[in-house]
Amino acid sequence: MSNGLLFESFRITIAGRTLVALDALVAPGEVLTVMGPSGSGKSTLLAVVTGTAAGVFEVSGRVCLDGRSLLGLPAHERRVGILFQDELLFPHLSVAGNLAFGLAPEHRGRATRRRLVEEGLSAVGLSGFAERDPATLSGGQKARVALLRTLLAGPRALLLDEPFSRLDVALRVAMRRLVFGMARDRGLPVLLVTHDPADAEDAGGPLIVLDA
Amino acid sequence: MRPSLSIGGRKVVAMNVAGRRSRRMLPMLPLLTLVVMLGPVLAGLAGTLAPALGWFPAIGGHDIGLERFAELLAWPGFRQSLTVSIAVGLGATAVSLAVVVAICAAWQGSRAFAWIERALSPLLSLPHAAAAFGLAFLIAPSGWLARLLSPWATGWEQPPDLLIVQDPNGLALLAGLVLKEVPFLLLMTLAALVQADATRSMQVARSLGYGRSTAWLKVVLPRVYPQIRLPVYAVLAYSASVVDVAVILGPSTPSTLAVQVLRWSNDPDLALRFRAAAGAIVQLLAVGMALVAWRVVEKLVYHWGRAWIERGGRGRRCGERWLGGVGLGAAILTVAAVAAGIAGLALWSMAGQWSFPSVVPDSIGLRTWERSAPELVAPLIDTLVVGALATVAALVLTLGCLEAEFRHGVRPSTRAMWLLYVPLLVPQVCFLLGLQTLALGLGLDGGRLAVAAAHLVFVLPYVFLSLADPWRAWDRRYATVAGTLGATPDRVLWAVRLPMLMRSLLTAAAVGLAVSVGQYLPTIMVGGGRVVTLTTEAVALASGGDRRVIGAYAMAQMALPLLAFGLALALPHLLWRDRRGLRPSR
Repeated sequence: MSNGLLFESFRITIAGRTLVALDALVAPGEVLTVMGPSGSGKSTLLAVVTGTAAGVFEVSGRVCLDGRSLLGLPAHERRVGILFQDELLFPHLSVAGNLAFGLAPEHRGRATRRRLVEEGLSAVGLSGFAERDPATLSGGQKARVALLRTLLAGPRALLLDEPFSRLDVALRVAMRRLVFGMARDRGLPVLLVTHDPADAEDAGGPLIVLDA
Repeated sequence: MRPSLSIGGRKVVAMNVAGRRSRRMLPMLPLLTLVVMLGPVLAGLAGTLAPALGWFPAIGGHDIGLERFAELLAWPGFRQSLTVSIAVGLGATAVSLAVVVAICAAWQGSRAFAWIERALSPLLSLPHAAAAFGLAFLIAPSGWLARLLSPWATGWEQPPDLLIVQDPNGLALLAGLVLKEVPFLLLMTLAALVQADATRSMQVARSLGYGRSTAWLKVVLPRVYPQIRLPVYAVLAYSASVVDVAVILGPSTPSTLAVQVLRWSNDPDLALRFRAAAGAIVQLLAVGMALVAWRVVEKLVYHWGRAWIERGGRGRRCGERWLGGVGLGAAILTVAAVAAGIAGLALWSMAGQWSFPSVVPDSIGLRTWERSAPELVAPLIDTLVVGALATVAALVLTLGCLEAEFRHGVRPSTRAMWLLYVPLLVPQVCFLLGLQTLALGLGLDGGRLAVAAAHLVFVLPYVFLSLADPWRAWDRRYATVAGTLGATPDRVLWAVRLPMLMRSLLTAAAVGLAVSVGQYLPTIMVGGGRVVTLTTEAVALASGGDRRVIGAYAMAQMALPLLAFGLALALPHLLWRDRRGLRPSR
C-alpha cells in the first residue's frame, strides 16, 4: 500500500448528478491544489474527506490515508487535519487551552503537555501567548495558532479550505510559506482548495480544476 | 492531471458517525419528546370526552349520550359565559396584534424602537397572575388611578360602587391579557424580522418613495406574519380559555367558561363533573371555531391587502403620523400600566394604614412580610422543586432533539413544528380535566412529580423555541475542527458546543422556570391541592381581598423569574470574563 492520500475511483454525487470525480495520489509532503468556481463541490470534497458531509451526498470509490480506508470511519478517528478560511479558535478557551484541546492524549502529564504547547508556540513565533484570549489576537497570530492546533493533534494529512483568503497580501505570502513548510517537514500530504491562482503557484504541486 | 470519472465501486453514504451508545439512544429522543409533550394532551382529551358523553363509572356514569351537553345548555349562564370567553379571546388577540404591528411599522429601526424593545422584554418574565393583580390594584374603584383623581376631579370621598374590575363584559380581563400578550408577540415579531430581511426590504421600499409605516406594512408584514401566525393562534387559544387571570380580573356572574369548568370540577357535588366535562369540550370546540374564524379573516385581509399593495399608494403623511402616535402611545401605556401595577403591589405589601383618597399609605413597614414570610416558605419550595424538575427535563429533551438533528439529520419538518404548538393551542382546562378524571379512575394521587410532568407539557415548547435558533445558528465548522482534532461527538458537545452556547442555554432555562412558575391550572388540577405554589396561593387569595398579603405573594411570584433571568445574564459574564469572543455582540 502506498503512503499518502489516495483517491481511487472517487466520486461524489447528489441526486444522480456528479459533483466531484477524482483519481489521484497525494504523496507525503506534496500539495494537490483543487480550483473551481463556487458551487463546484470543493468544500463538499473536503467535508467527505473529514467525514462531516451531510447525508444527502452519495460517495463511491475509495479514499485511503497511508493505506487505511477513511470512508466509514468517524471524523475523530480519521487523523485528517483541516484549516478553514476563518481560524475558528474556540472562544471559551485560552490560546493554550485551544492547543491542548487538540494535543493527542498519548502525551501524558500536565508538565509534558504544557511543554509541548510552549514549544509549539515558540516554533511559530508566539512565545508567551499561552494565556491570551484568542479574541485579542491579530489575524496573523490567530492563523498561526489555528495551524499549530491542527498540527499538535498529529494528523496524517492536512486539508486547507481557502485558509489564506482572509489575510492581507504580505501576511498571506508568509503564512503560505509557514503552512507548506511545516507540512513538508512533517511529510503530510496536503489537499488545498482555493480561488487564488497564487496559492496554487506557491504550492508547486499538481492542480485540478473542477467544472461548475 | 485531470479529474477522471469513475463508475461503480463501493457505495458509501457519508455522514457524521456518532458513538455507538448515543447512536442507539439519540435518534429516539425526538420521539420520546413528542410522547412526553403530547401524551398527556391526548390522554387528557380522551379523559374529558368520556364523562362529557356520560361515561364515568367511578361516580356512576354508564350511559353514553348527549344529555350532559343538554344540561350544560340549560344552565342559565351558559350563553353569557361562552360569549364573553370567546369575545375576550378574539379581542385580546386583535388588540395585542394591532399594537405590535403599529409599534413595528412606525418605529422599527429607530432609537425609540430600541427603547420600546428594552422596556417591553422584561415584561415577558412577569407571571400572568402578578400582572393581573397589578392591573387590578391600579384600576379598581379604590385603586391608584381613582386615588390620583380623587377627590379633586371625581368628588369621591369613598371608593365608588363601580364594577370596574370583574366587569360583566370582560373588559378588565381583556386589558390584563393585552398587557402580557403585547410583549410576547413583540418578541416573536423581533425574531421573525431577522429572517424576513426587514432592513434591506425597508431600504428598497423607502427609496421607491414609500412612507416608513406604509413600507413596513406593505413589504415586511406580509413576510413576518406567516412566521408569527402560530404564536398569534396560541395567544387566541390562551386568552379565550385562561383561568388565573380570569379569576382575578374576569366577570363572576357568570364567570368565563374555563373558570366555570374549574368550579364545577371542584364542586363537592360529583354530578357536576359531567357538566364540567361537557363545558370543557364546548370550550375546545369554541376555541377551534374562533381559530377558524381568525383564519378566514386572515384570508380576507390577505386578498384585500394584496390589492392595497398593488395599488401603489405611498402613504399619506397624516396617516403615517397617526399610526406612529398610536404605536408609541400603546407601548408607553403598556409599560406604564405594568410598572405602576408592580409599584402598587410592592407598596401594598409594605403598607400599614392606607385610607381611601390618599395616594400613598399613611405608614409603611414590613409587618405584612414578617407575617407572611413563614407561610411563603412551603409554597416557595414547591415552586422551586417543580420548576427545577420541569426545566431540567425540558432542557435534556430539547438538547437531545437538537443534537439528534445535528448528528443524524433527524430534522423536524415545518409540519412537525405545529406539534410543538399543540399544548399551546389546546385550551389547558380541556385536557387537564381529563387527566384529573383519569387519575381519579386509576386511584393516582398527584404529587410534585406529577405536577412537574404536567408543567413539562408547557415548559418544553418554550424551552425548545428559545434554544433552537441559537443552537442551529452555531457554526458547524467548529464541530468539524474539533472532530478532526480527535474529539468524539460527545466531547464536541460537552467541551465545545455547550460552553460556547452557555448564554442561550441559561436563557432557555430561565424561560422554562418562568413558564413553570406562572402555571396555575396544571398545578391545582394535577396537584389536587397537595402541591401549593406561589401562583396557586396568590390566586387563591384573590377572593379574600387582603391587598397587603396579595401584594407580598405577587412580589414573591414575580421575583423568581426575574432572579432566574438575572442569573442567566450575569453567569456568562462571570464565567467568560476574560473571553471577548463570547460577549454579546451588542
